[in-house]
Amino acid sequence: MLSFEHLAKTYADGTRALSDINLTVHEGEIVALIGGSGCGKTTLLRLIAGLDRESAGRIRLDGEVLSGPHPAVGIVFQEPRLLPWLSVADNIAFGLDGFSTAEKKARVTHALEKVGLVEHAGRWPRDLSGGQQQRVSIARAFVTNPKVLLLDEPFSALDAFTRASLHEHLLGLWEETRPTVVLVTHDVQEAVTLADRAIVMQPKPGRIFDELPLTLARPRDRTGLPFETSVRRVLTALDHSLKAPQQQPQRERDRQAAALWW
Amino acid sequence: MTGQATSQAWSSHEGAAALAAPTSTEKRRAFDWRLLLGFFLPVAIALLWEAAVTLGLAEGRLVPPPSRIIAMLWGLAQTGELWTHAWMTLWRVLVGFVIGALSGIVLGALSGSSQTLRQLLDPTLQALRAIPSIAWVPLFILWLGIFEASKVALIAVGVFFPVYLGIAGAILSVDRKLVEVGHVFRLSRVQLARRILLPAVLPEAVIALRSGLGLGFMFVVAAEFMGASEGLGYLLVDGQQMGKPDQILAAIIAFALLGKTADSLLVAATKPLVRWQDTVRERL
Repeated sequence: MLSFEHLAKTYADGTRALSDINLTVHEGEIVALIGGSGCGKTTLLRLIAGLDRESAGRIRLDGEVLSGPHPAVGIVFQEPRLLPWLSVADNIAFGLDGFSTAEKKARVTHALEKVGLVEHAGRWPRDLSGGQQQRVSIARAFVTNPKVLLLDEPFSALDAFTRASLHEHLLGLWEETRPTVVLVTHDVQEAVTLADRAIVMQPKPGRIFDELPLTLARPRDRTGLPFETSVRRVLTALDHSLKAPQQQPQRERDRQAAALWW
Repeated sequence: MTGQATSQAWSSHEGAAALAAPTSTEKRRAFDWRLLLGFFLPVAIALLWEAAVTLGLAEGRLVPPPSRIIAMLWGLAQTGELWTHAWMTLWRVLVGFVIGALSGIVLGALSGSSQTLRQLLDPTLQALRAIPSIAWVPLFILWLGIFEASKVALIAVGVFFPVYLGIAGAILSVDRKLVEVGHVFRLSRVQLARRILLPAVLPEAVIALRSGLGLGFMFVVAAEFMGASEGLGYLLVDGQQMGKPDQILAAIIAFALLGKTADSLLVAATKPLVRWQDTVRERL
């Protein structure tokens, strides 16, 4: 179980990227963080990955407070970020330093099969297409069997066809070990395809606006009516989150009124 | 009839070969004969000068014709003098290069990887870099004597600065995004240096070493000018004092060949390390 308690991040220049995030992600759940740009989605992911330090609050994984990169947390970045001097297989094996050669090989081979790149094992990253590189990057994150997998808009630079096939690869890998997944995206279709819950965020400062459970049965039929309905619900919530700055004074007045009543 | 049949067989054979081995034909076609165009001007000038001297249009005493230079080179090679001098020069460059490059790599790595060390080391080294290296010569001779030590020291100083700057700059410009991958997999400082920083800086390190080697050859001439009894630089000075321009030009040609060979060897030796690079470097 991954939980955030009053999590906040203020950058050195005073930008309030996140303020007072409270959220619990259950084991094996796929959560999509969705929202306009600058609402702190990526910041939240970097805090979980241990690449940045929170300014206040804490993140817990199964009760343990996360401080810095954790072995049970894997991440797939927006760009593939493969090491250009390692072959595809060696890139996937990058995080498997403590394992025996045989175990390493078995895991890498399995991951390569899962992402359909077995015949490319010995090639350089530069010889792969963008979609293939991102598949290697996903395999690299999965191969260590993380409890929590963070995905930072990993499909945003790809075309629609490649994206759909990568969604399948991702769900195929997820089925095996069922890690908790936190997916950052600005693509509503993608959120509804993959996630069990959509968290709609709001900018300035970044905070949670709304949560929408997505309880469609898997595998999800992207052409069905329930899918359409869910997409529309998320879109509506997003729309409200962007208009919210005007609603903010209203809420503030309510709170003041409540204070007066006391 | 038969002619037609053979020509057909020919074309189909050609077609099959093209299908079977497209890479080899591409490679063969890739050789551009226009590259030889670059040889035209120097060869033409050499031949014209040769003809002018042979026909008595020019004296060729101060500017010897190619045949005299080649004869001089050949003569020096026959007596073994050329090899003695070339070997001496090469030895000085090698020792100076190794000392200068190693200290450049170590100090460059230190100043590139730690901000505290950079603030400690870099200002001093940059100040020293502003001194023309030849200006050290009198001091080196006082300290280290007139023989090999002072020459090697001068070459090492010349090699040190480009290597130091190249390595420190390469480390500072390593992609932060790749370093983050290392952080995510919780690499220690040493592991991070070995598995990410080192391979990432290799291409630029090779370039730094190459420019260091080039400067090494530049400074060996200066070093051999300041009093040597052996070395290609000595041949230059000797040729000037004895009024033998053909010997000077022979030594210059030997320098060119030696420098180019050393550079090619360095490139060949480091090629396997930077094979992964996605650049046009192979054309250089």
